[in-house]
Amino acid sequence: MQKPLATTRSATGIPTSRLAVWWVLASEVVIFGGLLASYVMHRIGHPEWAAAASVTNTWIGAFNTLVLLTSSFTAVLAHQAAEHGDGKLAARYLTFTIGGAVTFLMVKAFEWTEEITHGYTITANGFWSFYYTAAGLHALHVIAGAIIMGFVARDAAKGRELHRVEIIGIYWHFVDVVWIFLFPLLYIAK
Amino acid sequence: MAHVATAEAHAEHDAHHHGPQGILKYIWSTDHKMIAMQYLFTGMFMGLIGGLMAYVFRMQLAFPGLPVPGFGLVSPGEYNALVTNHGTIMIFWVAMPVLIAAFGNFLIPLMIGADDMVFPRINRLSYQIFFISAVVILLSLVVEGGGFGGAWTAYPPLSAESQYNLTRLGASLWVLAVALEFVAFLLGGINFITTLMNSRAPGMKAYDIPLVCWMIVIASILFMLSVGPLIAGAVMLFFDQTLGTGFYDPTRGGDPILWQHLFWFFGHPEVYVVLLPAIGIVIEIVATFARKKLFGYKIMLFTAVATGVLSFFVWAHHQFIAGIDPRMANVFTVTTLLISVPIAELLFVIIATLYGGSIRLTTPMLWALAFVAEFLIGGVTGIFLGASGSDVYLHDTYFVLAHFHYTFFPIAIIGTFAAITFWFPKMFGRMMNETLGKIHFWGTIIPFNMIFIPLFVLGLGGQHRRIYNFQNFPELAAMQPIRVLATLSLVVMLLFQIPFFVNFVRSLRRGEKAGRNPWHSNTLEWTTESPPPHGNWPPDQMPVVYRGPYEYAHPDREEDYWPQNLPA
Repeated sequence: MQKPLATTRSATGIPTSRLAVWWVLASEVVIFGGLLASYVMHRIGHPEWAAAASVTNTWIGAFNTLVLLTSSFTAVLAHQAAEHGDGKLAARYLTFTIGGAVTFLMVKAFEWTEEITHGYTITANGFWSFYYTAAGLHALHVIAGAIIMGFVARDAAKGRELHRVEIIGIYWHFVDVVWIFLFPLLYIAK
Repeated sequence: MAHVATAEAHAEHDAHHHGPQGILKYIWSTDHKMIAMQYLFTGMFMGLIGGLMAYVFRMQLAFPGLPVPGFGLVSPGEYNALVTNHGTIMIFWVAMPVLIAAFGNFLIPLMIGADDMVFPRINRLSYQIFFISAVVILLSLVVEGGGFGGAWTAYPPLSAESQYNLTRLGASLWVLAVALEFVAFLLGGINFITTLMNSRAPGMKAYDIPLVCWMIVIASILFMLSVGPLIAGAVMLFFDQTLGTGFYDPTRGGDPILWQHLFWFFGHPEVYVVLLPAIGIVIEIVATFARKKLFGYKIMLFTAVATGVLSFFVWAHHQFIAGIDPRMANVFTVTTLLISVPIAELLFVIIATLYGGSIRLTTPMLWALAFVAEFLIGGVTGIFLGASGSDVYLHDTYFVLAHFHYTFFPIAIIGTFAAITFWFPKMFGRMMNETLGKIHFWGTIIPFNMIFIPLFVLGLGGQHRRIYNFQNFPELAAMQPIRVLATLSLVVMLLFQIPFFVNFVRSLRRGEKAGRNPWHSNTLEWTTESPPPHGNWPPDQMPVVYRGPYEYAHPDREEDYWPQNLPA
């Protein structure tokens, strides 16, 4: 499809795609903000949820935090490579980031299987309902980000649409930041 | 000469564009005007359904227990499903798609001198998700158990537990449809915001943007910032319904009031999400037909922003009797009364623009003036509900219902008719019939007041909302003639929509040719052909802007208008 003239204009001086991704993130912030604010209010009102929270495995959570942070780092390196016009290198770094996403999800799957087989299901109590809903919503964002990143990497390897490397990177950092909030709220706070 | 050159350049441009052909051209188009039409016609269709729902349940209230012509006997469950889905459909599938999506899509690129939205394919995706959501909400009415009947506010535990609402499938599909609709409007909103920010014609500065574009964009930002918590809340409600979690179940550590907070944190800004585009439409029409420069462009713009900011701090006035802390009720009373200041200011700017103008009472102008008059009644009656002291008595009565309709009817119905009659020549290239238009106008406005003024009276008389048959309440049964009056007025109003449809369909084919600028208006959409071609202007004749949009009756000029694209 031919790009309309509108897409190429930039009255603000900021590329339209970067502008758009920030607005996407603004809407995401309020979605997660609403969910986490609800959780925090409930958690304060229910001191007994600490017992349920103590079951979560802080080490697994910490490992996943490390994985996500590393994947964000390779996303930055991919952006840097794209800035220098090296699409192949950018694609390789993005592949590392996708690898991080897959690792994160596999650890998550293992962790949830453990918990569910021990009877800590989404209906077990209020804590577990929030735990699976918040982490599940975040995991959906990880999956979506990894899929989109696959397409961006495919194009970047051929040297096409290199500006998209930055855009998906911004989104990926956001996914990372959400986890930075989820980790202490769901794992560390006992 | 110039015309021939235009046509040639245009044909060449078309040849470059390899879009889908045949019927797919209409349903698979990425052209912002075609997507606007899709939203407009879907919204109008849903509006017809919502209106007929009102007919059925109003007939039940006026003539309880008698079969409703065209529907049959109304059971209590059906009555609940009808009132619930009337509200849901009218707000989410009529007001929003028509005012924001249809006119936002049609007007923003044309008014800022762009050839399309910045993300045409996301725009198409937005409509497609919206269309699916409309199918889901209609489907929810016919599944086993019937449509959801827990009111459009869907308070738990009624909405969360199927042993109470008795509509297991209907309730879940209702939540799903609303959530899909939100996604569609988030996608559309991002398009509106970025298009306005980045794709303006050369020379168009921030204060040269027609206010209706500003209003739609401010509304999109408001929507985006308020709907998030409700999306999270809808996910929780959906899990409560389907997985059996207890987010809103107090016996299991949940809290039903949480939903009320999440719902109204969105629900109140939502009023302004649809109000601002309607005000924007009225501004364009009033400035054009008063033939006078708008009184206070910046006042209008910053007042709209102030309204938006304040609208995030008023939500709990819907919960004065929900058991919230009385000290909190005081705070929210103050913020709610504060927000009437910017709203009054918006109306005063419109009135000040009229003052000393040379007013032309065309059909769109009549609608615009009616908007101001009727919305004023809605705003003034809101004072009684925003103040916690009087709201305690009026809460959940027909007074609330009448107040609400005096705000949303002007917004969604009057605003829409104003916009359709004003931009019809641009959309379809032909004029609408003024006589039929005026018959339709008076046939809508008079019955509208005859429906809802009686409902104020009923509400003050203590009549509560969402009751199937008032004959069971001896102290309310005596007010039956007032109910009959309201219902008959509704039937009259619905019948008077026929002239509109006749006018619409006839004018499409047989209306007088409109030409480029039938109303002698200033904004950029009137500088191209009617209807605008694909790409809006020939690529080599994209407009350049030299001045603001409201330079009417400028003393230095012969003509009383001064299009934005004319060099000085």
